[in-house]
Amino acid sequence: MKFLKFLSSRLLTYIFVILLGMTIVFFVPRFMPSDPVESMLGQMMSKSSTMDAAAIEAMRKTLNENFGLEGTLGEQYFGYMKRVIFTQDFGPSLTMYPVPVKELIADSLPWTVCLLGISTVISWLIGNGIGLLAGIRKDKAYSKILEGIAICIYPIPYYIFALTLIMLFAYIFPVFPLSANFDVSGFTWENLKTVIWNSVLPALSLILTGTGWWVISMTTLSRNTNEEDFVAFARMKGLNERKVISRYVLPPSPVLPNTILPQITMLALQMGTIFNGSLITEILFNYPGLGSLIYRGILQADYNLIMGTITTSIFAVATATLVIDLLYPFIDPRVRYN
Amino acid sequence: MKNWNLRLKLGLVILSFFMILGFFFPLLYSGNVTEWSTYPTNLKPSMEHFLGTNSLGQDIFWLLCNSIRTSFLIGLFVAFFSTLIGILAGLVAGLKGGAVDRIVMLLADTFIVIPSLPILILIGSLTKGTASLFLIGGVLIAFNWPWPARQVRSMALTLRERDYISIARFSGESTIRILVKEIFPFVKDWSIGNFINTILVAISSESGLAVIGMSSNSKATLGTMIYWANQHQAMLGGKWVWIGSPVVAICLIFIGLFLLMTGQQQYSALRRGK
Repeated sequence: MKFLKFLSSRLLTYIFVILLGMTIVFFVPRFMPSDPVESMLGQMMSKSSTMDAAAIEAMRKTLNENFGLEGTLGEQYFGYMKRVIFTQDFGPSLTMYPVPVKELIADSLPWTVCLLGISTVISWLIGNGIGLLAGIRKDKAYSKILEGIAICIYPIPYYIFALTLIMLFAYIFPVFPLSANFDVSGFTWENLKTVIWNSVLPALSLILTGTGWWVISMTTLSRNTNEEDFVAFARMKGLNERKVISRYVLPPSPVLPNTILPQITMLALQMGTIFNGSLITEILFNYPGLGSLIYRGILQADYNLIMGTITTSIFAVATATLVIDLLYPFIDPRVRYN
Repeated sequence: MKNWNLRLKLGLVILSFFMILGFFFPLLYSGNVTEWSTYPTNLKPSMEHFLGTNSLGQDIFWLLCNSIRTSFLIGLFVAFFSTLIGILAGLVAGLKGGAVDRIVMLLADTFIVIPSLPILILIGSLTKGTASLFLIGGVLIAFNWPWPARQVRSMALTLRERDYISIARFSGESTIRILVKEIFPFVKDWSIGNFINTILVAISSESGLAVIGMSSNSKATLGTMIYWANQHQAMLGGKWVWIGSPVVAICLIFIGLFLLMTGQQQYSALRRGK
């Protein structure tokens, strides 16, 4: 029962997040002073003379639909919601007409998921490892130094790291490529090497900033847990240090607070923030993910693309948060059993 | 000065330095810092131009001071209202309970999950980089109140059951008085910490948005300074002061804010006798 209650509350939040997110995306353009459709059509007509009147009319129709400008407000809103939820159809990209936005997103989403997934897992593991070490060996000099470094790293935003890494490793010491080159097709080892080589700097800037936070929170958590009576008791009954840590400080215990669970909750809560960081990092490194796609949409005033990518990013973050939340029952027996 | 710890002192020193740069120095300069071609371009640092001038003919030092001020103002504005709304929402949810609690928490959880940057980018792209800083601040408030609301709610939930609150209620104290006199002191220390942290988050979000040119490009903030430097290939041209000074300022301000926040938490823990 408890598990069902847990599941239903998470699903409710998930659905609500997506609905509210889409509602915001739907209504924001309506409150803006300029009419995006006409300004866009004007821009397109000036760019290419190959489009005939029928194509422009068709374009105006899809644009009007996308911005919810046909029919009553209620009809537009529900039409938009239905179209996006059931068919994920955002219309064609305006600058790469007639490629559907859906296709562009499908091409770039895996890049973001990989970069973000890998760098988040790495920073979570490294950060919590260092944090645990600094927390349980709190009198050692190295744990103070590690914590100090984390304190200096954590508050610095992603894009500053990205800029600094670009300055250092692409301009001053040109080790890595200045502008990333991901022009690869098909899977070969050579291509994989290129991709990894070009992903090192963006990943590094995401990992560095992420790690700082996990170190700081894990240090505090493990320090507190380490001072609990049950851990002292475990030591007194003669267990060696390794067992004390692995059985009592680290794992979820059925009755007492522990250190891993809050860190997983925190990861779920932080997904939005982490995603925000990766968007800017991608843009600065020219990494071919969702962030760069949004940026391309902005630069070329491709509103279908902007609407599509932004809705997708809300959907992606909500889903990632839900997945992390659903890991909970596997780790915490309190949610599984009554 | 008792209980003052190293972090608190260090944080205060760093922030005071930047507060003076941001709030005192701009008073000494009467011109418009964002105006192009005010001075010869690309001058080296000298007594007249402490940090030199950039390729747009702006004086980097005065531009930096003004950028620091705007960024701080955004941070303070967002932090003040987010914390205020968050505390109120959290108290109401925790003390009222029931349907009110569930609705407030559903809203809070939703805003925590929705990534704020894409929404800000959407607004920025529709206004083509001329969004007013108030609008951006408003959106940031919408995304930052849930954190204090969650925390204050859980505090209010435990406080609600305490005997002394019941006694106050039964002896006829008004709800407002109970809130201010009996509950707020418990929430205060945590709220100050949250306030400082939200300043950091707000400055960071605005400058992140500005770095990609989606904030208010004509205003001088730390983020737009980086944006213009990037736009004019400051790195390629080796103009390190131009792009480096806002980067260094952001790093130091954030480290200062973070030290101040953790220092304040340690300080209030000691004062409570822990």
